[in-house]
Amino acid sequence: MSTQTAISQDNVSALPNGSAAAAILSAGIGSLAVALFTIVADQSATAKNLLSIYKPTGALSGVTTFAMLVWFVVWAVLEWRWRGRNLSLNRINIIAFALLALSLLATFPPLGNLL
Amino acid sequence: MEITTRSLWTLVHGMGFGALYLLACSGAIVLLHLRSSPNVPADSRPAGDRILGIYLTVMAVLAWLTVLSGTYIIYPWYRAAPPAGAANLTTFPRSLLLSNPATRQWHLIGIEWKEHIAWLVPIAITMAAFVAIRYARDLKHSSELRSALYGFVGTSLFAAGVAGFFGAMLDKNAPVEGGQTIRLVQGE
Repeated sequence: MSTQTAISQDNVSALPNGSAAAAILSAGIGSLAVALFTIVADQSATAKNLLSIYKPTGALSGVTTFAMLVWFVVWAVLEWRWRGRNLSLNRINIIAFALLALSLLATFPPLGNLL
Repeated sequence: MEITTRSLWTLVHGMGFGALYLLACSGAIVLLHLRSSPNVPADSRPAGDRILGIYLTVMAVLAWLTVLSGTYIIYPWYRAAPPAGAANLTTFPRSLLLSNPATRQWHLIGIEWKEHIAWLVPIAITMAAFVAIRYARDLKHSSELRSALYGFVGTSLFAAGVAGFFGAMLDKNAPVEGGQTIRLVQGE
């Protein structure tokens, strides 16, 4: 009986993967947003001032706050659009990993300064 | 035996939240591996489904505590500008690092990278926690979901490692000091 129960739990039909796709892709986009805001703040004194929304922390406060906003908004929109749908998670993963790799490289100052 | 409030906060941030997060990463990878292992007894899965989600959620809380305490409590002390003509820069770590060509790059590369790459960690691990909770039962069958979690948890380990390494180097070269002194043990 317990084996049958386990088997039936194992065979529970999968949820649509749209929510996962939304979370994964938005995490990649949010990571890239951190890198892009960082580069913008480094390249422009005006942007640096605008991004200094909490003076003791300087531009880092705006860079991270706006990047988090981008991440949450993108996540919410994608969740709304993709929830209940099944998408190609392989393709989403590849795009998200590429964005993540770009973020890691672009936040490294010697490389970020080249952009 | 004494400690300053700023030192205490750096300990809480680095040795508390940050180091605990780094340690937790290996546990997350093991738990994730167990979710896909055919050797896990079938009747243990429902409990295991919940454990991974709870574990990643605790890690996400740790990650958020680490970046928020680092950015809004410790970083302002690190980057505070010294008064004009100040000769003693020990309580102004950023200026202290920049004042010496031998330590300048610790700020220009190390801290600049640390302060930004660290923010990739809560993004990655929050996503991983969400997916682990929402798709607890599907992880076993979906290699794509597991790949995403492995990739983001692994990246968060790398990013937290970079941030932790440069945090430790900062503490060796220009520690964040100052504030009230807390006496831990009275001297004889």
